[in-house]
Amino acid sequence: MKKFTKFVLPGLSSLVTIACLGGCSHMVLFDPKGPIGDAERFLIVMAFALMLIVVIPVFVMVLWFSLRYRASNAKAAYRPKWSYSARIDLVVWLIPIAIVTALAYLAWTGTCQLDPYKPIDPDVKPVSIEVVSLDWNWLFIYPDHNIAVVNQLVFPAKVPLSFRLTSDTVMTSFFIPQLGSQIYAMAGMQTRLHLMADEPGVYAGQNQEFSGRGYADMHFKAVATSQKEFEAWVQKAKQSSNKLDLTRYEELEKPNVGYPVTCFSSVKPDLFEHILSKYMGWMGERGEMEKMGKHPGPMSKKSCSGHRKTAVLETS
Amino acid sequence: MPADTSTIDAVATGKFEHPDTIANQAFGFWLYIMSDLVLFATIFATYAVLGHNYAGGPTGKDLFHLPYLFGETMLLLFSSATCGLAMLAMHKDKRGLVMTWLTVTLLLGLGFITMEINEFHHMILDGNGPDRSGFLSAFFTLVGTHGAHVSFGLIWMAVMMGQVITKGLTLPVQSRLLRLSVFWHFLDIVWVGVFTIVYLMGVM
Amino acid sequence: MFGKLSFSAIPFDQPIIMGAVGGASLLALVILILITYYGKWTYLWKEWLTSVDHKKIGIMYIILALVMLLRGFSDAVMMRSQQALAAGASHGYLSPEHFNQVFSAHGSIMIVFMAMPFLVGLMNIVVPQQIGARDVAFPFLNSVSFWLTAAGALLVMVSLGVGEFSKTGWTGLAPLFEKKYSPGTGVDYWLWAFQLAGAGSLMTSINFLVTILRMRAPGMTLMRMPMFVWTIFATNVLMMLAFPVLTVALFLLTLDRYLGMHFFTNALGGNMMMYTNLFWIWGHPEVYIVILPAFGVFSEVVATFSGKRLFGYKSLVYATAAIMLLSFTVWLHHFFTMGAGPNVNTFFGITTMMIAVPTGVKIFDWLFTMYRGRVRFTTPMYWTLGFLTTFVIGGMTGVLMAEPPADYLVHNSLFLIAHFHNVLIPGALFGFFAGYAYWFPKAIGFPLDEKWGKRAFWCWLIGFYLAFAPLYILGFMGMPRRMAHYANLAWHPYLIIAAGGTGVILIGIIFQMIQLFVSIRQRHAARDLTGDPWNGRTLEWATSSPPAVYNFAITPVVHDIDAFTDMKEKGVVYQKPDRYHDIHLPKNTAAGLINGVFAFMFGFAMVWYIWWLAVLCALGMLFTVIARAADDDTHYTVPAAEVERIESRRFQQLASAAVNRPAGSRTTPELLPQR
Repeated sequence: MKKFTKFVLPGLSSLVTIACLGGCSHMVLFDPKGPIGDAERFLIVMAFALMLIVVIPVFVMVLWFSLRYRASNAKAAYRPKWSYSARIDLVVWLIPIAIVTALAYLAWTGTCQLDPYKPIDPDVKPVSIEVVSLDWNWLFIYPDHNIAVVNQLVFPAKVPLSFRLTSDTVMTSFFIPQLGSQIYAMAGMQTRLHLMADEPGVYAGQNQEFSGRGYADMHFKAVATSQKEFEAWVQKAKQSSNKLDLTRYEELEKPNVGYPVTCFSSVKPDLFEHILSKYMGWMGERGEMEKMGKHPGPMSKKSCSGHRKTAVLETS
Repeated sequence: MPADTSTIDAVATGKFEHPDTIANQAFGFWLYIMSDLVLFATIFATYAVLGHNYAGGPTGKDLFHLPYLFGETMLLLFSSATCGLAMLAMHKDKRGLVMTWLTVTLLLGLGFITMEINEFHHMILDGNGPDRSGFLSAFFTLVGTHGAHVSFGLIWMAVMMGQVITKGLTLPVQSRLLRLSVFWHFLDIVWVGVFTIVYLMGVM
Repeated sequence: MFGKLSFSAIPFDQPIIMGAVGGASLLALVILILITYYGKWTYLWKEWLTSVDHKKIGIMYIILALVMLLRGFSDAVMMRSQQALAAGASHGYLSPEHFNQVFSAHGSIMIVFMAMPFLVGLMNIVVPQQIGARDVAFPFLNSVSFWLTAAGALLVMVSLGVGEFSKTGWTGLAPLFEKKYSPGTGVDYWLWAFQLAGAGSLMTSINFLVTILRMRAPGMTLMRMPMFVWTIFATNVLMMLAFPVLTVALFLLTLDRYLGMHFFTNALGGNMMMYTNLFWIWGHPEVYIVILPAFGVFSEVVATFSGKRLFGYKSLVYATAAIMLLSFTVWLHHFFTMGAGPNVNTFFGITTMMIAVPTGVKIFDWLFTMYRGRVRFTTPMYWTLGFLTTFVIGGMTGVLMAEPPADYLVHNSLFLIAHFHNVLIPGALFGFFAGYAYWFPKAIGFPLDEKWGKRAFWCWLIGFYLAFAPLYILGFMGMPRRMAHYANLAWHPYLIIAAGGTGVILIGIIFQMIQLFVSIRQRHAARDLTGDPWNGRTLEWATSSPPAVYNFAITPVVHDIDAFTDMKEKGVVYQKPDRYHDIHLPKNTAAGLINGVFAFMFGFAMVWYIWWLAVLCALGMLFTVIARAADDDTHYTVPAAEVERIESRRFQQLASAAVNRPAGSRTTPELLPQR
């Protein structure tokens, strides 16, 4: 009947869209390659499943009620004054409340566990990477190795990565979809992110916060390698004739799109802190203390395990 | 089944036909004041967040002179009192007295604004204008928005004085004077907040 | 003399823009010529432009909304077609500079200049009638509000041909929108347009709150108000409390851009996160402002076309109140990824999920209104059924993103885009279209054609799924929003389907235009003679279509929910009173229009740094207000004899309608011949 088409047609359109183009393997969020992405995928699926408890009955009722109680069906009961039932009221309030309670519990535990500031494994020494977003390129500094790369991230698989991020331009968002969470990078502030790749591979990396003319070109390859390959790559980078001193950095900082992948064999010491401090004049005395890491943010103790500082206050 | 007879009679005589315009205007104005309160609250919140962003520039301690501020505050507080006296005169239908007290209120308000502009002027001349730091941007904006509201109030007051002269204390004129006085007292309350949070706490 | 303005501001080198400007100018010229040719200027001036009648102002708001819908939709067509082309090496036909303006304009127009005027238009036409009042509390303020909104819309339209529009999104992005990174006129156009519209909205909220709280007919307690009035009440509370925050946020940005201050700059003590917070403290209530009136429309439509009282009235009221309160507690979910920490993120995630509860209650209450009813499938009911099914998917994806870790993956992706269009289109827009179809006969005097209405509905529904289901998938494929072009070819096929969906919606819009044309052409045959074409339940259906200027000759007395049905059942409907009274109404005035013109010119002058003009226009607005305040002669009287004359004509019309129907058929559902 005509009323069927109301639901079948749009439903089919979307199913057809999804099914016959079968891009399952391309839906990278459902094919995570790291523990963070994995846990987040679980959360998405769980939340989706819980909500179907409400969504499916709604679909069924729209169909059923439209059909049965259509005006031309004289057989159906007609109770024009019936407009309340305590039982129904209770059910329609309580069931969503129950579902939301379950989701709230998931939010409480999940948000704690998946806090981007939380290290993947506190017992393992992570690979430290400092990220600086520019117009319209990404600079990755490896402080422990004294090298830097533009527009390509190379790291060993199965090793936790510890990112410190800032920006020398507007607000951007650092994101490797197949590994997990994104986090904003903002000038004068440091944010943190912890990710890990379960296996070697090449993953897409991008800027997820619109930042102007060259935004669409601000993507990079996140290359997970074996430990040996990573060490070899570091050695190769150390052979590069490029050195990231202040002059070279200032050239890099100028607005340009699609800067070629470039390795730097040495980096000006404390370059990341230098970039941060360009914008940190906002701080008064309190800021100086925080800069030296002596003053934890207001949320450090009471939250889930581990110290934790907010984006504003942390500077080191 | 038959409706309340008294209501039907009232309808028949047209009792419900005329909305109470004066009361609606007063209520509407109170709602406006509430929205203005949200506006000020937002600027206060901005000041709270940016209030320590000195950017290496001066702090409140360096800039604020409490005795001067006390003088400004007294002018504004007294103007609230004289505004109240004007309203009392209005209720007694004493046109001349209304004009007198409104004039005093206006002059006191003008004095407040003059002192504030003078304060701003000197700060800007010293290089401590609102473009110096986040703290100063927030300071100038919070105090300045209050000052702008006061200035609009003064314009409104002048217009009302003109209306009192040309129309007398008609019902619409009285209704407007009432709303003006609500506005004026409201600005006084906001000033107490400004004085405390910006100046007193800034100097401590 | 003219600030930054010069002929170089007109983008002569951009053919697409010049084409659009040319086309729009031509259309405007044709309309002006037609008005002159048919000698309608006096009519237009007297009956519409200077009107303070809520019914006329409401219609003008909706006309503005429909025009801006076309503009905003053309931006959508451009975005979808660009993304369908710009895969891999191809960069499509829009430069990033142009594309970035298009997506910024699209969002700005659809939210502030389409959805807001649409819902304000509906509330204007309907609310005073539903509460048995003659007009709103402050009719002149109503006119001022409308013309301020129109001025804002005009600023956005003018930005197409003179200068450029913002490239920082409909939300604005700190610090991208600072002078340093956005030196052009774009951000200035955007912020002044929003400020003008925002001022209009704030005034509207005060107007309607006073109207609803103080001008209801005798006997209409709060718990006897139509559900639409309740949702409008909640909407206006949100407007009153939220818009001042937007005013401040944009004002601070204005100070940054014009006076070099440091609220949201990168350096010297600015805090870009403050803007994000302030904007979304307004922004989230804003989306509830947009959806609640639609919920109100659905309440009315579902009850009327099920021939049954709305189920769970009390629950619906509490649910509306809960949504109203909670909407102020969720704003941070728009930026979970800004690094606020797990405690803060969890708090806002949970509050966001909580809002789903009262919304779910509403959906079930509407469904149970249909249960054991007699459902008539008219166009408004089609929109409602399309909403009931499709909106829940959007709600579901919203709750999904309320889980902060899930959001860390999909924030700013096309999944987010799909979610909010999923709630805005089948939610808000379908609601507005349902209201448009439902109340059109009341406002205009004849109904909209059912056949074309249903065809348009199907195009919108199918087009919506085709356009946005792929976007959900693209979000899971990692595609971010606002991409002028992209390298990942795997995204391409989905974007082509999405563009196809946009094409189907375009056909739907064309059908809606045909519907209007056809309805006007057959208006005499289809004229609504009773004022109650749907067998309605609320007071607005007691008046003629269109109503007399005073709505009700005698203020009705209310005894129950669904006051009109109550009157019909008690047999007291359409009763001739013993005598009529003089009715006092506000006079028309040009002051609202003049204020709006000054406001537009003020905004334009500020954009182009023409300081003397800005000062002049600001003074112009001030003097208009002062002059209006000095005017004591703002009302006129409709004498009782004239009222009687108008009412007798009404009773004649009712009698002629009854002749064609058997006696006692007032409660027969099928009053409107099905075409």
